[in-house]
Amino acid sequence: MSPATALSWFARHELRLAWREWFAMMTGGRRRRARAAVIGLLFFAALLHVPAWAVIGRFADLQLPLDKSSLIVISATILLAWTLMLSQAIESVTRVFYARADLDLIMSSPARLANLFSVRIAAIALSVTAMALLFSTPFIDVLVIGGGLRWLGAFGVVVAMGLSAAAVAIAVTILLFRLIGPARTRFVAQILAAIIGAGFVIALQVAAIISYGTLSRFTILTSGTLAAHAPDVDSIWWWPARATMGDSEALLLLLALGLVLLGCVMAIFSGRFADTAIDAAAYGTSNRKRAKERPFRGGSRRQALRRKEIILLWRDPWLISQTLMQLLYLVPPALLLWRSFGDSSVALTLITPVIVMAAGQLAGGLAWLTISGEDAPDLVATAPLTPSSVTRAKIEVVLIAIAVIFSPLVAALVFASPFQASITAAVLIVGAASATAIQLWFRVQARRSQFRRRQTSSRLATFAEAFSSIGWAATAALLLTLPTAGIVSGLITAGLLAMTWKFSPRRE
Amino acid sequence: MVATDAKPDGVAVMKPESSALELRGLTKRFDRLAVDSLDLTIHAGEFYALVGPNGAGKTTTLRMVAGLLRPDDGAVSIFGIDALADPVAAKQVMAWVSDEPMIYDKLTPLEYLEFVAGLWGIAPSASKPVAEELLSSLGLAPHRHERCEGFSKGMRQKVALAGALVHDPRLIILDEPLTGLDAVSARHVKGLLGDRVRAGCTVIMTTHILEVAERMADRIGVIAAGRLVAEGTLTELRQQNGHADTSLEDLFIALVTLQDAA
Repeated sequence: MSPATALSWFARHELRLAWREWFAMMTGGRRRRARAAVIGLLFFAALLHVPAWAVIGRFADLQLPLDKSSLIVISATILLAWTLMLSQAIESVTRVFYARADLDLIMSSPARLANLFSVRIAAIALSVTAMALLFSTPFIDVLVIGGGLRWLGAFGVVVAMGLSAAAVAIAVTILLFRLIGPARTRFVAQILAAIIGAGFVIALQVAAIISYGTLSRFTILTSGTLAAHAPDVDSIWWWPARATMGDSEALLLLLALGLVLLGCVMAIFSGRFADTAIDAAAYGTSNRKRAKERPFRGGSRRQALRRKEIILLWRDPWLISQTLMQLLYLVPPALLLWRSFGDSSVALTLITPVIVMAAGQLAGGLAWLTISGEDAPDLVATAPLTPSSVTRAKIEVVLIAIAVIFSPLVAALVFASPFQASITAAVLIVGAASATAIQLWFRVQARRSQFRRRQTSSRLATFAEAFSSIGWAATAALLLTLPTAGIVSGLITAGLLAMTWKFSPRRE
Repeated sequence: MVATDAKPDGVAVMKPESSALELRGLTKRFDRLAVDSLDLTIHAGEFYALVGPNGAGKTTTLRMVAGLLRPDDGAVSIFGIDALADPVAAKQVMAWVSDEPMIYDKLTPLEYLEFVAGLWGIAPSASKPVAEELLSSLGLAPHRHERCEGFSKGMRQKVALAGALVHDPRLIILDEPLTGLDAVSARHVKGLLGDRVRAGCTVIMTTHILEVAERMADRIGVIAAGRLVAEGTLTELRQQNGHADTSLEDLFIALVTLQDAA
């Protein structure tokens, strides 16, 4: 087999694996669900056009040349999308490094490793770009339908962004390996991905709160101060915005830049990819983390279970990065709370849904880790405890963790508005309990390391959890502003939960 | 079915109580019959080896005994306790070790043993010295404060075994416990199990390594297609088959082939 043939064969192999992984994710690993998955995906894509229209529809008529404020808004939106892609790409690259799966086979083969890993780097770039295209398509569709074919250039911008995000992610991750070693890289990369993913929006919101006392990032993006400091309209910095609006020259340059960046990363890092993968595979045989000597602790059997769950949660890198992300999202509302202290500002109301939503999302993740993600199921099942005691102990841990994280915020809210604090606390408890209940109804035995794939076990559970968090957040906000609408929203969300329970396997 | 009575404290008790483990008519069906009306009695203080070809029903049988699978029919008695009526009481006196060591990567061996002892309600003052001694005898003492995430399969299996022994069970059920262990570790484990049996503990173990069954077991049960096709000491098995000086491997192949032909 010639090198070129071998390379194309390996590229086909990578594509096939990527396709099957994506397909399994969509169908929950059951081939029989293929038709339902395709219909569901099409329906979901069609549904996404509605919020896309609401968010972006009014900008479809924009034409070049644009004023500075419009260029700033479009560029900031593109930068936001790029940071999200970079965050996803860092996560993908780290996963590839630590998944031993076929590394032994590849590295023991007589093929040239630099070539094989170049293909793998390209596959990462392709998957990041494909995912970005999937989510951006409804938005671009809306712009094309409302403003004409010139908006098709946005697809090219998404491709260029995907390629460059993958290239930067690979370079950053390999440099992290070199600088801090494989043991710390996985953890640091997860934290970095979370900060990059949330950082840009949060920074804009913080700036908006400090300057204008509002959570809206558009306030600062459209401000005259920012426009005064921005580069001229013909500057290179506005290429992505111009390319999005159909400037073909800017688009071609962006695509070329993305490809050159990825090519450089392949040329520089494909050889080191193998070393890094070996280091990651060997991680664990040295530099093991140690615990301190201490006496055994007593207590009931349920206490032993709770203690174990709390230690495992505390040592879970996913949880730390997710908690950090949730806490980062809470920084702007907390800042708003601090600035509006003693003030009856309407903006203060925005804090409640953010807190309720964050608590619901975090409770869902925690509940999966404690209830489904049991690494020693046989041990727990053969222990002299009733199954209900085990479940109760695990639920208690979820609720304790949520209470520890969110109590300070609710307590601070008491000083600003006791009524709002009581509504927030009540709906937060209901929201966290709902997310936990959904995880309980749809629990499937899995290892904690399979957390990323938790959505594949049940699409229904994933959507129910998301809708429950959104529903309770909306209920809390409405109870504070339009109480009757809040009660209706609460009843609808409770009805949704009842329907979820009706379709859950645990009901049978 | 074996008749059951209820003790005043609510613990369901099965008659008779002399045996460590008693199975009557145990049946489990998946897409095919995995365990077929199995009757088996294991005496207290006995080392019993359950051998059989792949898919014979060994693991399914032991998982039903350990309370990990609900039988479709039949009865399980552990030291006189009806394990189906009162699983918590039955689990209190036994331990289960599977072929795939299931431990927590983010806990150290000592933390794992603390957790297991806590689950079985053992006082910390009693469990800590036992845990230290077990880790020492299994060669894990230098690693007792290291998280298990980087441990080899053999080390993980030894941690799981220490977990099974830390609460001093009266019945130990092991499914292929020597898989993945090197010769030195395997000898450690065999020594530890031998010591437990000598101290009065009952051990039931499945194994594909017939030499281990031949050397360690007081009695051997051969299971095929979910049924017990032969049982006894090695000498008794030889006598049953009319070969006085044959190895267990030859006996096993003869018995299984006979069963397949039937």
